[in-house]
Amino acid sequence: MKGIITVLGKDQVGIIAKVCTFLAEEEINILDISQTIVGGFFNMMMIVDLSESTHRFEEISGGLKELGLGMNLEIKLQREDIFNNMHRI
Amino acid sequence: MITYNEILETNKMINKENLDVRTITMGVNLLDCADTDPKRLCEKIYDKITKSAEKLVSTGDDIAREYGIPVVNKRISVTPVSLVANGHDKDTCVEISKTLDRAAVNVGVNFIGGYSALVQKGSTPSDENLISSIPEALSSTERVCSSVNVGSSRCGINMDAVKKIGEIIKEMAYLSRNDSSAACAKFVVFCNAVEDNPFMAGAFHGVGERDKVINVGISGPGVVKYALQSVRDADFETLCETIKRTAFKITRAGQLVAQEASRRLGVPFGIIDLSLAPTPAIGDSIAEIFCEMGLEAAGAPGTTAALAMLNDNVKKGGLMASSYVGGLSGAFIPVSEDHGMIESAISGALTLEKLEAMTCVCSVGLDMIAVPGDTSAATISGIIADEMAIGMINNKTTAARLIPAYGKKVGDMVEFGGLLGRAPVMSVNGYSCERFIRRGGRIPAPVHSFKN
Repeated sequence: MKGIITVLGKDQVGIIAKVCTFLAEEEINILDISQTIVGGFFNMMMIVDLSESTHRFEEISGGLKELGLGMNLEIKLQREDIFNNMHRI
Repeated sequence: MITYNEILETNKMINKENLDVRTITMGVNLLDCADTDPKRLCEKIYDKITKSAEKLVSTGDDIAREYGIPVVNKRISVTPVSLVANGHDKDTCVEISKTLDRAAVNVGVNFIGGYSALVQKGSTPSDENLISSIPEALSSTERVCSSVNVGSSRCGINMDAVKKIGEIIKEMAYLSRNDSSAACAKFVVFCNAVEDNPFMAGAFHGVGERDKVINVGISGPGVVKYALQSVRDADFETLCETIKRTAFKITRAGQLVAQEASRRLGVPFGIIDLSLAPTPAIGDSIAEIFCEMGLEAAGAPGTTAALAMLNDNVKKGGLMASSYVGGLSGAFIPVSEDHGMIESAISGALTLEKLEAMTCVCSVGLDMIAVPGDTSAATISGIIADEMAIGMINNKTTAARLIPAYGKKVGDMVEFGGLLGRAPVMSVNGYSCERFIRRGGRIPAPVHSFKN
C-alpha cells in the first residue's frame, strides 16, 4: 500500500532527517519526495511504500503526528487511493 | 504517479473548502423482527440494529483517519416502522421509537431514520397508529427521525394524510415547545420518497432493498464555491464545466469511502447520493454559490435558474464518478442549515414563495423553514399540499420540513443548534385554505403525457 505524507510548518534544521529516520525505522520506503520553502514556511510531500512496515496504518500515522507535534509541524499520512480516485479516471 | 499539485488540490478542498463525506448510512431491514408480542418485537429490533451496526462508527472513523477526509455523520435507516409494527397499537409504536433511540445511542450514531409510513394512496390501521404516535415519539426521543410519504406521481396525493400531517406538526411543535419546537426538525413529509436516501430526516430502508446496505451522502458546497471563484467572469459554458469537474472529484472521493466502508463492514454498497448539503459553517453554503455566480443574495431574480443549473451540473459531473447513484442527489436548500440562506431570509431577499419556486428545481423541497407558531394546521397542510403537487406533477421528489415555532412570530430567531442551525421565522400568506384542506380524500394521479 502506498501513502502520501505531507509536512507543513515553520522551516527548521532537521525536518527531513527526522521524518526519514522515523520512516527508515518503520521499514517504510520513500518513492518520491518534493519540498519547497516559501517565506520561511516549509512544505514537503512524500510518496511512500508502506507494504514492508509491520505496524498498523493508524500507528504509523499517529507516530508521524506525534513527531510533528514535537517540532511544531503538521505531519499527515493519507492513503494514496483518495488522490488517485479524485484525479485519475 | 500522482503529482504535487493534485495532492495540494485535494488537501485544500478538505482543509479549507469543507469537503467531507456527509454521512455513511447503514440501511437495516427490520421486517424479520416482526412479532405479535410487543416486548419481543422491541428486543428483536434492538438486537438486529446493534448487531448490524456494531462497527459502523469505528469503521467510519478509521476511514476518515486513513484517507484524511472527514466522515461527518454515521447513521442508520430502518424499514418503515409502520410495516414492522403491523397489527400493533400506538403505544407499541412509541415503545419502538424509544427502542430505536436506545439502539442509536448504543452504537453511537447521531440519527436513526425510518420511523415512517408510506401512505401515498391510503393508510392501513398501522399507518394511522404510527402517524398519530409521531409527535410523542419525536418529542420523547433524541435521535429518531420520522417521515411520511403522502404522494407520488403514480398515485396522486393522499389529502387525508396531508390534513393529518398539518395537525401532527402543530402537536409536535407544542410538545417540544421548550426546545424551540425542535421535534419538527426531525420530521419530513414526502412526495415520491426514495428508498435509498442516506440523508436525515427522511432516510428509511425501502422494502425493495436487501437486508443491509451502505449508502453514502457526499457534500461540498464550499468546494464548488471556491472552484467558481476561479471563473468569476466566464460565460455559462465555463461555469457549468467547472461545476461538473468539481462534482466529479467530490463524488470520486465519496465512491472510494463508500466502497471501503462496504468492504470493511461486509455490507453491500448501495448508492452514492450526489448531494451538495450545506452546513451553518461559513464557506459551506449553497447561497454563497449563488452569490459567486453573480446574484446579490439568494432569492434575487435569477436564483431559480442558478439553482437549476447547479443541480443539473452536479448530477452530470457526479454520475460518471460513481457506479451507483441514488438517494436525493442534487443541491439541498435548507434555510436554517445554510448561513447565506439565513441572511437572505432575514433581509427579506428570500421569501417562502421564492423558496417554493426553487424547490421545482432543487433536489428535495421546503427544508428547515420556521414559520410563526400561530400558523394554523390547515395552512401548514396547504403549504405541504403545494409542495407535494410540485413533486407529483414534475416526477421529482419533493418534501417539506416546516417548524411552526411555538410562541414565535415573524422576525424572531429559532435556535436549533449544531448541524440543524438557526432559522428566522418567515412570513406565511395569511389567507385561509381551511375549506380546501377539509374536503378530504385523494387527488388523483396526474396525466403523464401532454407536458406543458
